[in-house]
Amino acid sequence: MEATHALASGTSSLLVWLIALPALGATILLLAGRRSDKWGHLLATALSGASFVVGLVELFKMLSRDGETRGVSQHLFTWINAGSFNVEAGLLLDQLSICFVLLITGVGTLIHVYSIAYMEHDHDRRRFFSYLNLFIAAMLLLVLGDSFLNLYVGWEGVGLASYLLIGFWNQKPAYATAAKKAFVVNRIGDMGLSFAIMIAFTAFGTVSFQGVANHAGPEHKQIMTWMGLALLLAAAGKSAQFPLQSWLGDAMAGPTPVSALIHAATMVTAGVYLITRSNFVFDSAPTAQLMVVIVGVVTLLFGALIGTAKDDIKKALAASTMSQIGYMVLAAGLGPAGYAFAIMHLLTHGFFKASMFLGAGSVMHGMNDEVDMRKFGRLRLAMPITYITFGLGYLAIIGVPPFSGFFSKDKIIEAAFNAGGPRGWIIGFAALLGAAITAFYMTRVMVLTFFGQKRWADEAHPHESPKLMTAPIIILSIGSIAAGALFAFGSSLQHWLEPVVARGFVEGEPALQPIVVSIMALVAVALGVALAYIKYVRVPVEAVAPTNVSIWTRFARRDLLQDAFNEAVFMRPGQYLTRALSFFDRKVVDGAVNGTGALFGGLSVRVRRVQTGYVRTYALLILVGAALILAAMLAARI
Amino acid sequence: MNFVAPVINYSQVLPILIVLGTALLGVIVEAFVARDRRYQIQVPLSIAGLVVAFVWILKIHATTAITAESAVAIDGPALVLQGAIVILGIAGLLLIAERKLDSSGDAFVAQAAAIPGSEAERTATLAKLTQTEVFPLTLFAIAGMMLFPAANDLVTMFVALEVLSLPLYLMSGLARRRRLLSQEAALKYFLLGAFSSAFFLYGAAFLYGYSGSVGFRQIREAIQTNAGNDVFLLTGIALVSVGLLFKVSAVPFHSWTPDVYQGAPTPVTAFMAACTKIAAFGAFARLFYVGLSGARWDWRPMLTVIAIATMVLGALWALTQTDIKRMLAYSSVAHSGFILTGIVATNKAGLSGTLFYLVTYGFTTIGAFAIVTLVRNASGEATHISGYAGLGKRSPWIAMLLSLFLLALAGIPLTSGFVAKFAVFSAAYESGSTVLVIFGVLTSAIAAFFYIRLIVLMFFQDPEEDGPTVAAAPLMTTAAIALCATVTLVLGILPNSLVHVIDAASRFVF
Repeated sequence: MEATHALASGTSSLLVWLIALPALGATILLLAGRRSDKWGHLLATALSGASFVVGLVELFKMLSRDGETRGVSQHLFTWINAGSFNVEAGLLLDQLSICFVLLITGVGTLIHVYSIAYMEHDHDRRRFFSYLNLFIAAMLLLVLGDSFLNLYVGWEGVGLASYLLIGFWNQKPAYATAAKKAFVVNRIGDMGLSFAIMIAFTAFGTVSFQGVANHAGPEHKQIMTWMGLALLLAAAGKSAQFPLQSWLGDAMAGPTPVSALIHAATMVTAGVYLITRSNFVFDSAPTAQLMVVIVGVVTLLFGALIGTAKDDIKKALAASTMSQIGYMVLAAGLGPAGYAFAIMHLLTHGFFKASMFLGAGSVMHGMNDEVDMRKFGRLRLAMPITYITFGLGYLAIIGVPPFSGFFSKDKIIEAAFNAGGPRGWIIGFAALLGAAITAFYMTRVMVLTFFGQKRWADEAHPHESPKLMTAPIIILSIGSIAAGALFAFGSSLQHWLEPVVARGFVEGEPALQPIVVSIMALVAVALGVALAYIKYVRVPVEAVAPTNVSIWTRFARRDLLQDAFNEAVFMRPGQYLTRALSFFDRKVVDGAVNGTGALFGGLSVRVRRVQTGYVRTYALLILVGAALILAAMLAARI
Repeated sequence: MNFVAPVINYSQVLPILIVLGTALLGVIVEAFVARDRRYQIQVPLSIAGLVVAFVWILKIHATTAITAESAVAIDGPALVLQGAIVILGIAGLLLIAERKLDSSGDAFVAQAAAIPGSEAERTATLAKLTQTEVFPLTLFAIAGMMLFPAANDLVTMFVALEVLSLPLYLMSGLARRRRLLSQEAALKYFLLGAFSSAFFLYGAAFLYGYSGSVGFRQIREAIQTNAGNDVFLLTGIALVSVGLLFKVSAVPFHSWTPDVYQGAPTPVTAFMAACTKIAAFGAFARLFYVGLSGARWDWRPMLTVIAIATMVLGALWALTQTDIKRMLAYSSVAHSGFILTGIVATNKAGLSGTLFYLVTYGFTTIGAFAIVTLVRNASGEATHISGYAGLGKRSPWIAMLLSLFLLALAGIPLTSGFVAKFAVFSAAYESGSTVLVIFGVLTSAIAAFFYIRLIVLMFFQDPEEDGPTVAAAPLMTTAAIALCATVTLVLGILPNSLVHVIDAASRFVF
């Protein structure tokens, strides 16, 4: 590994505006309160759009420079300067972060537009938009920070925004609980990130990406392994990866645009960003890399299996998000061979998943907020635009060429096979299996929602959503059609990211020819679609979920017992621990405190005799004090 | 006999003179302006005087000089503290000038000389009299406080001590409500203050006997050459310390603090809690770092014990208080112990840590007391802690701000209090006083308990039925609270700028 990772060579003073604009929006909206109800959403959308424009300007500036000098940085201020601990607050924009900047602000702005209509009847719309802007600002800080600590600030910021938005309708206790769950699970992951920061500081005395990268190499393998594992824990928490995946399904309690933006396109992929950004750590730590691969594979199958049994359209999509991020993590775990594909899948997924979530929102909008797919059916006639765009997203996610998901997923499966040895075969086939299951459950979602018989509730009058909602979906589905080919053509994204994540990396001989992998993937997809066709098109779907189902279905319906697991492994012992602690607190600490209290109470009675309120006593006390001081001072001389 | 006029560089003492001059103008206003117009003149006049003084302090910020026949030293520490006192004085004045909170006018009695419960008092109240002498009194006190840390000999120091104390004695007795409590507090403060001043003077006499001079420089030189009888020196140090320890309310000279803090009108409590402590510790530091630094091995053990006793006992007493003003009073005692830690360090880090601590502590304290003035029931401020239950539900902003100040007092990271505590403790550690640091950290943990208990009470308990309400904060109080909250937050998150300023200023002239 080369010792010099020149992450940034130039400077740019525009970077801060990327973050400042949406942050300003959030501040204004929160401070102005109800006064800004009339125009708050417009301001928020405009500022998010302005941030996107700044991002575009930066992209063009970057394109005008050569590969090695494309990264730019901006020093903001010295944040902490305590002896040897010195943290500069600075921003770093390179080929990797610009992808995220455009995704966040681009998709973010579209979702702002969509939300104007979606949240129209909510009397707290302004608050919603201020949180959205807060999220955009925090997410940009996350991807633009030039050190682990700066990233951490953004990391916590998006966690906060996510918490606020999941619990946006916190008048429903279940939603507030979901927010709390996401919050708690994320804390566990965040602990990982703080551990990683502490390790970096203790071992290298720096927490900047550049500083840690300079120490990367086999000589620090052990430190890098620990740091990599800590970072993986952080990534698992934020990206809903095994074993910290349980919060994502419940996070669907938030308004649907939030699910699209935060819990599909951007925030949940922050873990993938973290791993890719810390490539120098993982490249020096094969064990940590292997763990990343394992986590990715387990999650991609786990999420896919959950997806097969969900009747709630948003939860089915959430399970699929988990599974698709599993693919990205898997790719990121493959090292320089996979980073670019992880990011490629992340970007295409950002488009098609956001468009599908917005489509789901559009369906809910037309169906009185119904989410049970068993109560849908035949909606293609009632909402044609939603149907077509959702269908395009569907083709993209299952990986039908030439839609975008095909290119990105295919590349990941290919890279998995190329990992070499038995390991390559195992993860390769796991990824193929995942692709088949994905095709199955997504076909199920598609069929249940748009085909078959009407199973609507009596009072449902499905109708197409207003233009403000359909327009963003249409734009996003253009992305789900074209993005994949655009990135894959001539390996453009791969070359673009090369200076950041894969410098000096030379592709080895592939284990399987790309065309073979593609065919295998397409066969897997076809099998999955066919199975779903047999189960859900040939047999009429019941409006109420059947109960006499196999144990496996029940298993999957209960999220593969993830909550039961958490309950048994974390919650119960936790409860016992807190109970024991509270017992300890009551008996021992309180006992001690009360004992101390009694002791000091006894003392206090005596002391109170001193604190009588009589001036003469106080004066006497002063006199005694003076005498004691005098005696102490003179004691040595007498 | 020839009389030689003293050489005084007026520019260097101008801030003090401006404040004194404004106070005198205020007295003239009292004498010649109609009663109902005085308030409109006094408030802007006083604040303008303080602002001008502050501007002048900024102008002469780089001065390092001894002037007025070496009675006054104007140097970095003096100017930093004078600046802090003036700014905090403005915040205090804003609270004192607040007239929108109490339905009967302001926090001050209509006619101080009227006997509580007498006909004269009733007449004055019914006539809706308000009095404005409190503004010139405040300015006199501020002038004394500004001179106190700049005093370069024992006589000037004593004069400054009295100039700052006498108005405070009076102001403590001016509360409009619960007048007996207030008058009792004033009398106690006066008697005990006089008593401790006597100790100070007696000690000054001994130091004069030892060195043949009252000037710090001469005392310093006498100690270096070991010139006199050192029983005089040690006796002098002990007795002078008593006078100063009384002013900073160190154990066992603290007993006036809870009674006076509780009895005095809350705006006055806020003002004196912040500014007196800054002035007194400034004087303390100058005397011990300049005049008595040669004898540090004699006084360090004594001050170490007092610092520990002050921290520990202050925090323990605060634990069981049920009145928020008394709780803050004992907290102020505990903080004196923490600040003494910085003094005992007797190194440059100790001095700069002490200065930083004083500045941050001043803002936090005024902010906390300002919020106490807002929580009221029918009979005035509701100072019993139970009244704060559920405050977070009824007035989240006020509860959040009070929590900020309490967290800063507790020294939680990201507030100024943490940086300050860190500074003094690390200075003490550097100087080898590990015991002091251990006690300091343990006591901080105890102290955090009673601050956080109040926060828990505010946010996690339901409000009492017919409990106190929070008055909508009027303009002047809001301004004071906003200033204090901003400083507390900014110095917690970005302490560097002030740390640099204070670091550069931390050098006494002698």
